[in-house]
Amino acid sequence: MFKRYKNIGLASAFAAFVAAPLSATADDSVEVLHWWTSGGEAAALNVLKDNLESDGVSWNDMPVAGGGGEQAMTVLRARVTAGNAPTAVQMLGFDILDWAREGKLADLNDLARAENWDAVVPDALQGFAKHDGKWISAPVNVHSTNWVWANKAIFDELNLSTPRTWDQLVSALDKIQAAGYTAVAHGGQPWQEATIFDAVVMSTGGPAFYQRALIDLDDSALRSRTMRTVFERMAILRGYVDDNFSGRDWNLATAMVINKQAGVQFMGDWAKGEFINADKVPNRDFLCFRFPGTTQQVTFNADQFAMFAVSGDRQGAQAKLASAILDPSFQSAFNVVKGSVPARTDVSDGAFDACGKKGMAQLAAANNSGNLFGSFAHGHAAPAAVKNAGYDVITAHFNGEYDAAAAAEEFADAVADAK
Amino acid sequence: MNAAADHPIHTGRFALALIYLTLLLFALFYLLPFGIMLVNSVKPLTEITGGNMLALPTVWTLQPWREAWSLAQIGVQPTGLKPYFWNSVKMVVPAVLLSTLLGALNGYVLTKWRFKYDTLVFGLMLFSCFIPFQIVLIPMARILGVTGLAGSTPGLVLVHLVYGLGFTTLYFRNYYQAFPTELVRAAQIDGAGFFGIFRRILLPSSGPIIVVSVIWQFTNIWNDFLFGASFADYDSFPMTVALNNLVQSSTGVKEYNVHFAGAILASLPTLLVYIVAGRYFVRGLIAGSVKG
Amino acid sequence: MAIATTSATTAAPSPSSHGARPTFGGNLSERLRDALPKIVMSPSIALIAVFVYGFIGFTTYLSLTDSRILPSFDFVGLANYIKLFGLRNWGIALKNLAIFGALYIVICTVLGLALAILLDQKIRGEGVLRPVYLYPMALSFIVTGTAWKWFLDPGLGLEHTMHLWGWTSFQFDWIKSRDFAIYTVVLAAVWQSSGFVMAMCLAGLRGINDEILKAAQIDGASNFNLYRRIIIPQLRATFLSVFVILGHLSIKSYDLVIALTGGGPGRATEMPATFMYSYTFTRNQMGVGASSAVIMLLTIVAIMVPYLYRELKHRS
Repeated sequence: MFKRYKNIGLASAFAAFVAAPLSATADDSVEVLHWWTSGGEAAALNVLKDNLESDGVSWNDMPVAGGGGEQAMTVLRARVTAGNAPTAVQMLGFDILDWAREGKLADLNDLARAENWDAVVPDALQGFAKHDGKWISAPVNVHSTNWVWANKAIFDELNLSTPRTWDQLVSALDKIQAAGYTAVAHGGQPWQEATIFDAVVMSTGGPAFYQRALIDLDDSALRSRTMRTVFERMAILRGYVDDNFSGRDWNLATAMVINKQAGVQFMGDWAKGEFINADKVPNRDFLCFRFPGTTQQVTFNADQFAMFAVSGDRQGAQAKLASAILDPSFQSAFNVVKGSVPARTDVSDGAFDACGKKGMAQLAAANNSGNLFGSFAHGHAAPAAVKNAGYDVITAHFNGEYDAAAAAEEFADAVADAK
Repeated sequence: MNAAADHPIHTGRFALALIYLTLLLFALFYLLPFGIMLVNSVKPLTEITGGNMLALPTVWTLQPWREAWSLAQIGVQPTGLKPYFWNSVKMVVPAVLLSTLLGALNGYVLTKWRFKYDTLVFGLMLFSCFIPFQIVLIPMARILGVTGLAGSTPGLVLVHLVYGLGFTTLYFRNYYQAFPTELVRAAQIDGAGFFGIFRRILLPSSGPIIVVSVIWQFTNIWNDFLFGASFADYDSFPMTVALNNLVQSSTGVKEYNVHFAGAILASLPTLLVYIVAGRYFVRGLIAGSVKG
Repeated sequence: MAIATTSATTAAPSPSSHGARPTFGGNLSERLRDALPKIVMSPSIALIAVFVYGFIGFTTYLSLTDSRILPSFDFVGLANYIKLFGLRNWGIALKNLAIFGALYIVICTVLGLALAILLDQKIRGEGVLRPVYLYPMALSFIVTGTAWKWFLDPGLGLEHTMHLWGWTSFQFDWIKSRDFAIYTVVLAAVWQSSGFVMAMCLAGLRGINDEILKAAQIDGASNFNLYRRIIIPQLRATFLSVFVILGHLSIKSYDLVIALTGGGPGRATEMPATFMYSYTFTRNQMGVGASSAVIMLLTIVAIMVPYLYRELKHRS
């Protein structure tokens, strides 16, 4: 199964064996800080640990969960300040580049060249894995965030077809609501609202506008009429959410779709895990399709392991870790469990379910056609300060603090302030 | 409770009934969240996500408890909370003992061996209780790194000792303030020294305040997450970090029943301390030496 | 403890009054003995000086720099403070702290004292009730927060249950309301710490000299007056501890807010602690985070110092 990897592994194990008497101090262990601490994702990561251990590298686990990695990032700062940085740290988007700018990350170019990472990792992803032409981190997966998860029974009952445009979406939601269901299952937390916001911006303004507004943070785009329409549409979607949404965890919202209480949920591909866990089958019990108006586009966030600059005796083990992460069979095994798709485009989709296959094909297509964009909600479009300032406004508007015009204005101001 | 026998306050029958009712109502209020946790920890997950979260389970199961203790994923390995338990004990016991001892000595000096500016010193120590932990994280990490204590249990003990001192000093100072100084003076005339007076005269009647201090420190240190996560290492993570890892999954399935079972398991030691210490609390008071 | 205090302090055997002590041994050992109390205190003083006041100094310095992800030493003057007071979130956080802090401290103190007084009435089963009131303090809010969240959630908790029991007009949706969510945070916080206040008050009550009470009673004082005039004033030292503890908890309330509302709905329950954490660690604006910490500390100084001054002066 790990054929390609095993060869490298054997070679390096041999090298280590030969070199061992010479550099008796070589440290064959890696310390990995991450927040995949529970359930399936932790089990999936264990595959990586086993792979490394069979290669003679021991894995010291530093799991710190909480807030989508916020806790882990806090811990990381304490560790780096104490002069005690881990070998590798799970990280997202701009955090990686921020740490690279601080000069704390390693240079993986030798390994990347040997394994030809440049050719197999999507360009948009490389933007977060390289700094100054140097590979600094190893991507594990690509999550796409502009999915709609729908209860198939409700769609069949109401004779709904997959909506392709905003208007079709609105009319479908109207029908679901008229039939007595909650149209949109939603959890009122800033990042969930921002996830919908991403999709609405993409759908309303198209990819070029998304690029200008949320990635380039262009002030004129942010103050344009389109942005106001985006907030108006957010308010329309707000009308399809039940009264009890605020503070709800995303997976409880998913459960509403699973239990036929709600029609659709707008959520990233990790929602699939909840369906699978409830013994639901894609296209039989539930539907997965792109947010209407974004069928060609993929907004993504990608988990990576940023490699910290470590002393010479630990670099060998670090390189083995990076190589093992990019290994195609690990990428497949891990992402089948995680619900995401591999971070390299040359991995076989044989082991994936229908939604996974669809996701992989769309990722490859979007990559080729220049339609792959970092997700604003998930820190892959703008730095953390801008992202969180954006959250403030999106959430405040969704909760009725501003009308659309004021929200668009506030959003542009908040971005300008935080830039 | 012999103290109650000649209690100076007398209450009528009707008033007493009212008092019982009030006390019971509040007991319900305090027990409610724990009840929710307990009920949901013995339910299968499908009953939780699919139905009424406050209802009693239709199927009873202890599997969530087993999962939380020894089977659930905590990081890449399915170890449950079990291995982290001792890490916490190793950190909590010395930190609680040291901070209580230092607090008692400080309280003793501040009330019975007063010196110039002692009130100012006390005020400054008291103010230290208010320092937000978020701001100490980075400089603390630097100091622990420089002293080689980063990522170790002694480092954690030091951190908890420092930020508990203000509280323990406060407790003991207020308590010893009311302690009759004549007794201290008499012992001094009998030739007892600084430590002798402390050990033989103050300590024996310090039961209740030691209990208060231990409860406070034990709870705070056992439940601390921020310092544990930041200053411990993969082999010294305390229980709260493990619990947090169990319950906080970013994009994974949330097993609420396991979470609640884990939360109760993680707080058993503190609950135990409360129940055991509560008894001493009473005993110390009955000894009556404070009332002198 | 007005009476006990004055007698204690005037008679305190400070090193300067060692004339009363029998002196023997050499001059050196005598001086050592005189210095002993200070030597015993000095480690504590040193620790506090470095780890509290040193760090406050460091944070103040950081607040004047452009630190983002890690501390930097590029001086930017008061820019962070200007930015801080331009942020809506900060205004909301300060307002919430004022509401939360005031309600929390008052309700906890009143409730804790009331429960302690009630428990002090020769109550049978005190041994059972006391730990029941006290235990919430033992639980970490990481998960208790979820239980509270469910209980307060109109679709899952109290409101839902009342509807199932037939009281369909019952409404309790504070946690979902921007104007009322902060009060649910108060509710959960009171639940957590009022028991501890009760325990401290109970200890204080039991420490009061019965003789004084009996004398007052012979003079014909009613129960109410007994408490108001004699007992409660004697709990002064207890109230100082209670105030310090509750003040500290209200300023540091972070877990509670995160677990219960996550700062929402919208940002209606943002607090200074969540603000500080978020700017320092998740928004990579350490300078702004540090300046918010400095403002927090100044606020505490403004409130605490007069109080401490009065309390401590009262005794010495």
